[in-house]
Amino acid sequence: MKHREGVPDIDYLYPGHLACPGCGAAIAMKFALKALGPKTMVVLPASCWGIIAGAYPQTGLKVPVMHTAFATAGAAASGLRAALDIKGDTETTVLAWAGDGGTFDIGFQSLSGAAERGEDFIYACYDNEAYMNTGVQRSSSTPYGMRTATTPGTSWKRTRKKNIVEALAAHRIPYAATASIAYPEDMIRKFVRARSVKGGVRFIHILASCPAGWRIPSESAVKVTRLAVLSNLFPLYEVKDGLHYTLNMEGNRPVRPYIRMQGRFSHLTEEEIERIQEMVDSDWALLKEKANCKQISIK
Amino acid sequence: MIRILEGNHAVSEAVRLARVQVISAYPITPQTHIVETLSEYCADGKMNARFLCVESEHSAMGAAIAAAMGGARTFTATSSHGLAYMHELLHWSTGARLPIVMAEVNRAMGPGWNIWTDQTDSLSQRDTGWIQLYCEDGQEVLDTTVSAFRLAETVNLPVMIVLDAFYLSHTFEPVDVPEQGSVDRFLPPFSPRFAMDTENPANFGELVPPGLYMEMRRNIQLAMESVPGCFSAIEEEFFFQFGRRYGPVECWMCDDAEVIMVVSGTITGTCRQVVGDLRGRGEKAGLMKIKMFRPFPAREIRNAFNPNQKLAVVDRNFSFGAGGIFAQELKAVLYQAPDRPRVFEYIAGLGGRDVTPKTLETIYRMTKEQDTPKMESVWIDLNVVDEGI
Repeated sequence: MKHREGVPDIDYLYPGHLACPGCGAAIAMKFALKALGPKTMVVLPASCWGIIAGAYPQTGLKVPVMHTAFATAGAAASGLRAALDIKGDTETTVLAWAGDGGTFDIGFQSLSGAAERGEDFIYACYDNEAYMNTGVQRSSSTPYGMRTATTPGTSWKRTRKKNIVEALAAHRIPYAATASIAYPEDMIRKFVRARSVKGGVRFIHILASCPAGWRIPSESAVKVTRLAVLSNLFPLYEVKDGLHYTLNMEGNRPVRPYIRMQGRFSHLTEEEIERIQEMVDSDWALLKEKANCKQISIK
Repeated sequence: MIRILEGNHAVSEAVRLARVQVISAYPITPQTHIVETLSEYCADGKMNARFLCVESEHSAMGAAIAAAMGGARTFTATSSHGLAYMHELLHWSTGARLPIVMAEVNRAMGPGWNIWTDQTDSLSQRDTGWIQLYCEDGQEVLDTTVSAFRLAETVNLPVMIVLDAFYLSHTFEPVDVPEQGSVDRFLPPFSPRFAMDTENPANFGELVPPGLYMEMRRNIQLAMESVPGCFSAIEEEFFFQFGRRYGPVECWMCDDAEVIMVVSGTITGTCRQVVGDLRGRGEKAGLMKIKMFRPFPAREIRNAFNPNQKLAVVDRNFSFGAGGIFAQELKAVLYQAPDRPRVFEYIAGLGGRDVTPKTLETIYRMTKEQDTPKMESVWIDLNVVDEGI
């Protein structure tokens, strides 16, 4: 395999973890831990990763893992950090690792509480845009247009996806960023940055495709998230102190290929895809305004 | 040193003396004074602890669980709706075998909103695997809290110290507050049997298939079964160090009693007075105080009575569709005994209504005058109830 600069060779996932083929969440964890290294403790609320990490008496990770109740990632990461601090261990990084349900919905309160208190940990949300582990039910991260088990048939979701990065930026946390499994060097750089920044929760929002729920072939898992970035549907950017925006790249593709390659959107008409394009364009324009057109391109 | 302490502050002093390392809490009346005092101790350096002002009771227990998993001695406090909100995590802390200690100030559940004492909040948590210890006065609160850390860390189960709202939480009494050195001799630093460790990575709380889950549950029950014995041994050491002990149950004037009042919490203090007065008038009254509710001390209770005695159970709690909860538990453990006393069930003092000496004497008289108990519990001091609703 070709060595990629900026992507450490060492892997903290054991082969034999329980992810589905092509699971974006597993790829995301792989890169996050490459960045953070062995002095990391992972806090896992109920999610796909609750399964991926393995069943007793096995483990899928080479770092310690603490499973927690669904709603408690923010609180649990706070409690673990407090225990480490009082015992004099300020070196270990605490990584809360939650899905979109555990972040946007049931875990939002404890995350918001921790962000407001300025707790010292990294919170990563791997976002596969629905409750994938329970069989693809809608969450508040599910995008406009998606069919799920609870937005079925003609009742496909007609409300927008919650903008979680904006919600966290509004807490004025020191660092918030988006990342994509299609851009590993960028993701690794962001986790390294998140580890070094102090003074509050560092939040990283990762679009992590789910072949089963998005109804795509597993070999398209990375390609689809790249198209999300290239169409500005999932822009890569960073927010410092909730105020200072940096856009990492600008895409120039339409959303149509991204939508059309996924079974979860197969019912949408051309007009509805146009409607999604309009939403993406206006969101992108707003983001550019916030960033004051300051751009850094990634290689 | 004898100090005049509020019941809530007896908890705070014990937590300070126990050198707790992480406290996470959310305000709720009437528990609030416990954690306010602790936050002051953390702020002014009297305690070397992290105090987390979390945004809910669910997060209070969520943070406590994680702190205990991180190897820290951990405490929280709550009441009523706060405890109910924690319910999921009470199960979690037991399943994860974490020695968390929590003070729970008994307060009624709403609606209607009622901040006064009632045990239904804590008793609703009986199946969560928490050890539950009910207290009568401020001294017992302090002593039980200090001992609770020893007990929790010995059996790897969480412990709830339960005290009545206002009658105990907000009442000032003389309390002997021990010296730090003597508490340190009784309670060594927390040495967790397992904890999160980057040198020895493990996967805690993970998926457990049917082939293993049942054995893990059995382990928890074995730990529970060891509690009465461990508690007695710890109390023995506590007695040696501080000269006080309480027992999982306490029998007073029971040997020749015809009617034994079975009580818990602050009603016990009032009942001591009543039983003493009745004895003074030649009545054969006795008292049993139940301190340990989980595990329910079946052996101690079965051995305490003879079959000719009548038990008058006073429950300041209620399970709708069934009855008083202490009475149900008592009947369950007596059922298998070859000869058993008759159990008379009374409901009194819900939502903070006063249980006076007169109330308890009424219960005594009613029990004395009847031969067989009613099927349903008898509600005492009840006003007119609109039966149409």
